[in-house]
Amino acid sequence: MSQLIDSLAELLGREPRKKPQPDEIRPEIVAIHKDKHEDKSRIEKIKIEMAHKAQHVAPEKLRRKRWAVLILVNLLFVVSFQLDIQMLEGALTASRFVGFHMADLNSALQVMLAYKHVVINLLIGTVTVFIGWWLLGGRTFCSWVCPYHLLAEWAEIVHEKLAKKRLVKDYPFDRRARTWFWLIFVVLAVVSGYTVFETISPTGILSRALIYGPGLALLWVALLLLFEIFYSRRAWCRYACPIGLTYGVVGALSPFKVQYHLESCFHEGECRKVCLVPHVLNTVIKGRARGLDVDIGADCTRCGRCVDACPTSSLTFKFKGLGDLL
Amino acid sequence: MRPQERRKFLRSIALGIGLVGTSLLGFIPVLGGWVRRLRPPGALQEKQFLAACIKCGQCVQVCPVEAIRLADLDEGFGVGVPYIDARAQACDFSCDGLQCVLACPTGALTHELNYSHETDMGIAKVVSPGTCLAVQGKGFRGQARGADFTGTLRYDAVDRWNPIPVRDHPYDLELCDLCVRQCPIEIRIAQCEAGTPPSGDERQCPPQHAIELQAVADESGVTRMLPVILDGCVGCGVCEMICPVEPTVIVIDGSESRGMSA
Repeated sequence: MSQLIDSLAELLGREPRKKPQPDEIRPEIVAIHKDKHEDKSRIEKIKIEMAHKAQHVAPEKLRRKRWAVLILVNLLFVVSFQLDIQMLEGALTASRFVGFHMADLNSALQVMLAYKHVVINLLIGTVTVFIGWWLLGGRTFCSWVCPYHLLAEWAEIVHEKLAKKRLVKDYPFDRRARTWFWLIFVVLAVVSGYTVFETISPTGILSRALIYGPGLALLWVALLLLFEIFYSRRAWCRYACPIGLTYGVVGALSPFKVQYHLESCFHEGECRKVCLVPHVLNTVIKGRARGLDVDIGADCTRCGRCVDACPTSSLTFKFKGLGDLL
Repeated sequence: MRPQERRKFLRSIALGIGLVGTSLLGFIPVLGGWVRRLRPPGALQEKQFLAACIKCGQCVQVCPVEAIRLADLDEGFGVGVPYIDARAQACDFSCDGLQCVLACPTGALTHELNYSHETDMGIAKVVSPGTCLAVQGKGFRGQARGADFTGTLRYDAVDRWNPIPVRDHPYDLELCDLCVRQCPIEIRIAQCEAGTPPSGDERQCPPQHAIELQAVADESGVTRMLPVILDGCVGCGVCEMICPVEPTVIVIDGSESRGMSA
């Protein structure tokens, strides 16, 4: 229970919990740390492996697969309309998959609050999508489906290259900003009676541009990407997007997680370097873990970059069965 | 607060003002009344319509004549909201079943109507009777909107199921009556009077006429034929689309009507 509260609090912007006090650490964890500390040969081996990896940069397999899925989903929207095969009609804000209604949770929320009236089709679509993304992990939507996420990843690659050459610097924002945005856009929808957030939602804008053709609205998306390249790494997804927060809450109790295994981890920190939301990986820092197998928090997008990056396979995808949940 | 933390905090406030401020710019086109669009059949009143629309474009996808388009960011909160540019492509109800209404997941196009004559998109207005061919007693020969016009209409006599380009259907009329001849409401009334209502469904029969040519005496006492809009007009825009005169004699005013509210 306390783990769920921590996970939600971190999602809303609280800093991760401080290092546990010595008396809070379970004896078996202390023993593991001691064993690992003494296993010098294993540490040497990992160091050699990592040096080799740094010299021969291999493509990130999971990332490639994820990009393929993301592109395929968005392409399915495009061809459903352009070739009239009617598999997935509509756009990411709301659609029909072989006839079944689906509605993006944040878009549906904005409409419900602005219009103050819910028709049954919208309710069906919302519940369907809620269950779907609950099963699949919530923010899985972000990294596996959202077209802005893909563009932002490419912008991030550019940002990293420029940062390496010291041409740009990452200016972080307060993570609580996203929670405030979420609340402000909820209040604005209720008070103004307009779906204010949809006007600037790069997800909706990009999805419609792909399906129905480009427009002026893409300039706004370009502006966001430039901001992320030259000023603040992954700023929209990290500090702003209310869609991400909505799906984060949905995924807080999801059976699909990334799980951390303390026993095999040697705390190299590779995972935190690639993570969109590194605060969720605070537990991998030496001495922070409060258990042997720790579920990564709700803000995790299940993108799998940490799974790929970990030299010791200490981070894995985990689909919890009913037994694990009880 | 440490200076670094303070800067981060101020930066975050600036980000907040920037993003929320940008989103609120969407008020300008809407409240400034810049947006006067003809909306698809069944659209709620403008304010409610913008609120209820989830900006997904499912209505766009089902329209057989591709009359529906989505607005861009210059329409503020109307971004991604469907509209019809009747002069380019009007709604001719050739889907028969109001497919856009059925496709709408949020009820922004209200599900409370089933037939073309029940819609209330706007109302046609004869804005420049002086240039109207009928008023001048002229006929019309050829392609109504020229060879480059890409708009389509369903001509029952040619193909009951598929709309064809207007340019592939030339006319030869002694007195131009295109706005009356192509009016979907008038076509349905004629079909019903002939005992063959659309889809064999009597409920498709409109109860009132929408447009007719009336003999009107002008100042000099000459009798002229003038298109007159009647109570049955639903504002579909076919008359605006088909009018061969440039600029069009007849336009749809989509800013009134729209009595629907759920």
